Amino acid sequence: MDADMPLLDVRDLRVTLTGSEKDITLVDSVSFTAGAGEILGLVGESGSGKSVTALAIMGLLDMPGLVVSGSVRFRGRELVGLSQRALRHVRGREIAMIFQDPMTAFTPVYTIGWQIDEAIRAHEKISRRDARTRTVKLLNEMGVPDPERTANRYPHQLSGGLRQRAMIAMALSCNPALLIADEPTTALDVTVQAQILDLLRGLRHDYGSGVLLITHDMGVVAETCDDVLVLYSGRMAETGPAAALFARPAHPYTTALLDSIPPLTGPRPARLPSIAGVPPSPAARPSGCAFAPRCHYAHASCTTKPPLIVWEEQEVACVLPTEGHALPPRITAGETP
Amino acid sequence: MLLVLLKRLGQTVFVLFGISVMVFLVFLATPGTDPTSRIAGKNASPQTIERVRHEYGFDRPLPVQYATMMKKLFITQDLASYANRGELVVPELAKAAPITLSLAAGAAVIWVSVSICMGTVAAAFRNTWIDRTLMMIGLVGLSIPVFWLGQVANLITQARFHDTWLFSWVPGPGYIPFSESPLGWFRALVIPWCTLAVLFIGLYARILRADLVSVMDEDFMRTARAKGLSPLRVLLVHGLRTSMISFISMFGMDFAQLIGGGALLTEVVFGLGGVGRLTYQAMGALDLPLIMASVMYSAVFVVLANALVDVIYLVLDPRVRDGR
Amino acid sequence: MASLALLACMATASLCAPFYARDIAHTDPFRSNVAGSFTLDGQQIDIMQPDDNPLHLGLSPVGPTWRAPFFLGADSQGRDVAARLLYGGRNSLLIAFFAAALCMILSATVGIFAGFFGGVLDMVLSRIMDIMWAVPVYLFAISLSIVTIAQGLKIGPFTIASDNLLLPIFIIALVYIPYAARVVRGRVMTLRNAEFVLAARSLGVPRFRILMVDILPNVTGSLVALAPLLTALALLTESALSFLSIGVQAPAASWGTIIQDGEGLIYTRPMVAMAPGLAIVLVVLALNVLGDTLRDALDVRDSRRENG
Repeated sequence: MDADMPLLDVRDLRVTLTGSEKDITLVDSVSFTAGAGEILGLVGESGSGKSVTALAIMGLLDMPGLVVSGSVRFRGRELVGLSQRALRHVRGREIAMIFQDPMTAFTPVYTIGWQIDEAIRAHEKISRRDARTRTVKLLNEMGVPDPERTANRYPHQLSGGLRQRAMIAMALSCNPALLIADEPTTALDVTVQAQILDLLRGLRHDYGSGVLLITHDMGVVAETCDDVLVLYSGRMAETGPAAALFARPAHPYTTALLDSIPPLTGPRPARLPSIAGVPPSPAARPSGCAFAPRCHYAHASCTTKPPLIVWEEQEVACVLPTEGHALPPRITAGETP
Repeated sequence: MLLVLLKRLGQTVFVLFGISVMVFLVFLATPGTDPTSRIAGKNASPQTIERVRHEYGFDRPLPVQYATMMKKLFITQDLASYANRGELVVPELAKAAPITLSLAAGAAVIWVSVSICMGTVAAAFRNTWIDRTLMMIGLVGLSIPVFWLGQVANLITQARFHDTWLFSWVPGPGYIPFSESPLGWFRALVIPWCTLAVLFIGLYARILRADLVSVMDEDFMRTARAKGLSPLRVLLVHGLRTSMISFISMFGMDFAQLIGGGALLTEVVFGLGGVGRLTYQAMGALDLPLIMASVMYSAVFVVLANALVDVIYLVLDPRVRDGR
Repeated sequence: MASLALLACMATASLCAPFYARDIAHTDPFRSNVAGSFTLDGQQIDIMQPDDNPLHLGLSPVGPTWRAPFFLGADSQGRDVAARLLYGGRNSLLIAFFAAALCMILSATVGIFAGFFGGVLDMVLSRIMDIMWAVPVYLFAISLSIVTIAQGLKIGPFTIASDNLLLPIFIIALVYIPYAARVVRGRVMTLRNAEFVLAARSLGVPRFRILMVDILPNVTGSLVALAPLLTALALLTESALSFLSIGVQAPAASWGTIIQDGEGLIYTRPMVAMAPGLAIVLVVLALNVLGDTLRDALDVRDSRRENG
């Protein structure tokens, strides 16, 4: 494999819902790359197109009326337009996915072990017994206590954290090169959240997998990700290395998201700042900058759609840096300026 | 789990008791008429009437009457049919049961297999013309009175096309015991089976499709696809298996009702001497003891089948097993 | 829409029954007329004809003329089947409609009380429903019919004769109460725990007012969607009872009794049994389609059971 070739290269991904009246663009020209062993955070509020992007990469958006265009290259191989039959061999084996709610993501009538065995046997010709051995080993590596007995238990008999570990074990069962984790910690307790994130961070060392982590929680991103892509209303707002983006956010939306994380140290603010208003639905997206109606800095030039420009280490879809009014560097609490 | 079973057992006993009281009230305590003359049948002699009055204790209070009746039905099993020269009712029903069982079992095999195919195919092709056509066929099946469909089937196979190669193998109406000739048994029952199955095919295919379609939106179906399973495996192993739970509970109810005499109309039309036809013949003679006994036994069947279905539920659905 | 039109046609045709019998066919569909004859194209035709068999033994009623008198032929008593079909439709539709309506009223009452007040009342009502539902519907209806058919029903000062249509209406309404009441009860239970009802209760709104303002209007959707299905079930049950001669009593007709009349003639004059059967299939199908449409429009989940 070409060393320069990224693991996943998404170019101009566009997902359109062709309705009876007018077409609605759910994801609008999203481009990013993810490398092996890297964790890329995909951040945005609900409805910003994060999950749709993930499902589009997996080729799982085949409902009538949904049109996926653009390019998704996985190890140089184009996935958009690939037949479902061919995609089936990619799914689970090369790209695996973890879902938000581990309670509903397992089929209730089969044991956890059975379902992981099934995932292994879908891609490899091995015996039931060997599959089970691997399942138990995986569960063990995911920190599931007493893995042999747990494998024989039904989803509803396990706690949320254990279920999510089992889910990750299932996703890793065929050693995928890329793991897409769609809000893997949202449905879990805070303490369990931290454990699961540790697990995900450990994956790149232990398995060398790339991870696409979808979340709405900037705190999770700060703890876990190497690179970040901020989506707003189906469009890219800002992207870049996590460290740079956290230190000097260029998009007002990124700043607003960062402001809504409670500080770890120092005096607690009486009230966390929140972003006024709600994100526009994809059908009612303004023709200019989608964030303009909620932006403190909105002005005349925001009525045209801002292009993605390179600024410092990031790329940002905002006119402020080019107009010479770049946002000031952020001083995060706990850091000395 | 034991507690769940015990609770279920208590419920079953209670419902059985309730049913026996209800049947007793319907048959023997309907306001307005004297039950004695009903039991004794049409044109009974004064002596018979006097004997019946004494035997069933109609001159005594209602609870005593109830106890007498239950003793005659279940313990001594000597409930006699007066209209039919004192024939004992319970053995007569037992003799007719295999015929009803043959009819219901064969129809069940047909309706379960056909409706699973129909429902699954319709769900797989949901909102296409295939789906709409299959569901319309199901609706038509639901709308045909079974006794009339039986007549049409008879008309076609016994008269109009009987002499063509298509239906010349169909024997005349009536039952051929399996022990006598397995092939004859099969031939005699094929048409009744299909007739009886039509209604259930429509009903089950439609319900299964609705269940499958709602299951398809579940997260676990998406997980199964994301694992890289084939669409067929996702639909059958994950979707159908999950939908089967309600399917089976419905099946238990319906099958029990059929065995208990629900197939009466089909048996009458095809001249099959099962429990239902026995009841029908008793109706003509106003032979109340027999009708009462068959209703009572069928209700017992249904209740027991319900309890059995709940046990099967425990096996099929791990969530119920843990009392969730 | 097509189903509504079909239902309207059927109802209108049935209402025109006396008109057809008196002014077009000139027959009395309730009187045996074995020795009679009629004129067709100037020819005198006997109603009872010699059989088609080679020896011409026995008599069969005249077959369909596809013309005004004996449009669909005669039955074994020489009565005009077409006229009886219209009169029969009158009874069948009448019984089905009123039985369904009565069943709706009773089961809505039971379901709402059980679901809304809960507790002991709910337990008692639900158990009674369980018990009634354990007896196969048709068998239950047959039992009730058979005990009332011989002598009618006397409750205190009221007497219902055995040939009164109220009898099948009451019986059919009664046997389907458990089926319909469960649906209503389930809906009411969901509503009772819905947030807007909980909010109203916490504000101290009287229970009766909650029942009338919050619950009743929201149950209506389920009831409306249920109505065509219940009517269809009632029609099927009525025809089955009449087919077994324990529903509508001779000489009155219903589609079920005509199918019964046609059973003996099925191989020689199949039209006698086919016509009413087709009528039942069409009406029930129309009702089912209507029910489906309403259910989709009102978004009520499918749940129906019956047996044959």
